[in-house]
Amino acid sequence: MNNNEMREEIIRRTGADPLKCMKCGKCSASCPSYDEMEYHPHQFADMIARGKIEPLCNSESLYKCMSCMVCNERCPRGVKPGALVEAVRLIVIRQSGKNHLSQDKIPQLLNPELPQQAIVTAMRKYAK
Amino acid sequence: MVYSYYPGCTLKTKAKELDIYARRSMEALGITLEELPMWQCCGGAYTASVDEAATKLSSVRALIDAGQKNTDLVTLCSACHNVLKRTNYDMANNAEFAAKVNNYNKGSYPEYHGETKVIHFLELLRDTVGFDNLKKAVVKPLTGVKIAPYYGCLLLRPGNVMAFDDPENPKIMGEFIRAIGATPVEYAMKNECCGGYVTLEDNKIAEKKSARIVDNASEFGADLMVTACPLCLYNLTVNTEGKLPVVYFTKLLAEALGVAEGVENE
Repeated sequence: MNNNEMREEIIRRTGADPLKCMKCGKCSASCPSYDEMEYHPHQFADMIARGKIEPLCNSESLYKCMSCMVCNERCPRGVKPGALVEAVRLIVIRQSGKNHLSQDKIPQLLNPELPQQAIVTAMRKYAK
Repeated sequence: MVYSYYPGCTLKTKAKELDIYARRSMEALGITLEELPMWQCCGGAYTASVDEAATKLSSVRALIDAGQKNTDLVTLCSACHNVLKRTNYDMANNAEFAAKVNNYNKGSYPEYHGETKVIHFLELLRDTVGFDNLKKAVVKPLTGVKIAPYYGCLLLRPGNVMAFDDPENPKIMGEFIRAIGATPVEYAMKNECCGGYVTLEDNKIAEKKSARIVDNASEFGADLMVTACPLCLYNLTVNTEGKLPVVYFTKLLAEALGVAEGVENE
């Protein structure tokens, strides 16, 4: 997919419209992962709107989002930045060989007390 | 009254207590929770994409199974509740998504459009049992204990779909804490993220997030915190080196109702 096709696909899949963003920054101000991200939630909206999606696809920021949905909740324009982050992540991990995490890596990451919920959620977010 | 019940993967393993205390408590309150015989893991995370149907089939099948028994579906784990409730909302409100799922299910499950009601255990306490009735059923009130309710993300957001409570200033756990005779602690971080599943790959992030929440609850005088989510409990304890005790709300419920004895042996 080229950048424009990706933008249309993201809008279709999420029902979110990044063109509605009025750059208030509330999403990024609320984001618990702000410090860990190269591109912040408001930048996802802006860059998707302008068709600059490649840099987002290559950024580790995709895997720092905790899916807490606070950006979606607080956006006064219904842009749903968290859903946009997820849509870009899906474009990446749905490609063959582009999983962010493989099952063989899990044993070395495990803390014995870690609930199963964390593993299934991470696999759902990081791999196809 | 009989409800279908969806425990989920973690309540059968690392969070057995959350489940056992919940079942005992509801029994004491005269409500039967019947575990769905064929439930499958919800996947832990709802994926916000209209073409993401296969990962939500387990949720839809649980919803259909509950509906075929003419029962509402009760959940307890915050993650399961989020996935089941949002999937159910999509089945009722997103025709493209519902058509995809119904196509997958054709031949083995009837067509479904979100008819089953998904109820979180706390909503069952508030709306069916009633916190006033719960208060009357309490035999060992937790008088004088200052408890910080921790909601996290999954029970509250997205607010229009979860319709659980005010997503920015929820009250339900505070009312629950009052009903069992304890004192709820108001603090700012009650609906902030603990770090969630990101801890698997990078626990430093979860440490930072969880420390801020626990410190904030401590500052406002909490003796302990309650949660409904196994992953929140993990992050708030393991990733903060246990600065403040964090327990499942069902444990305190069972204690207050006098049915908590001997759970370790189950």
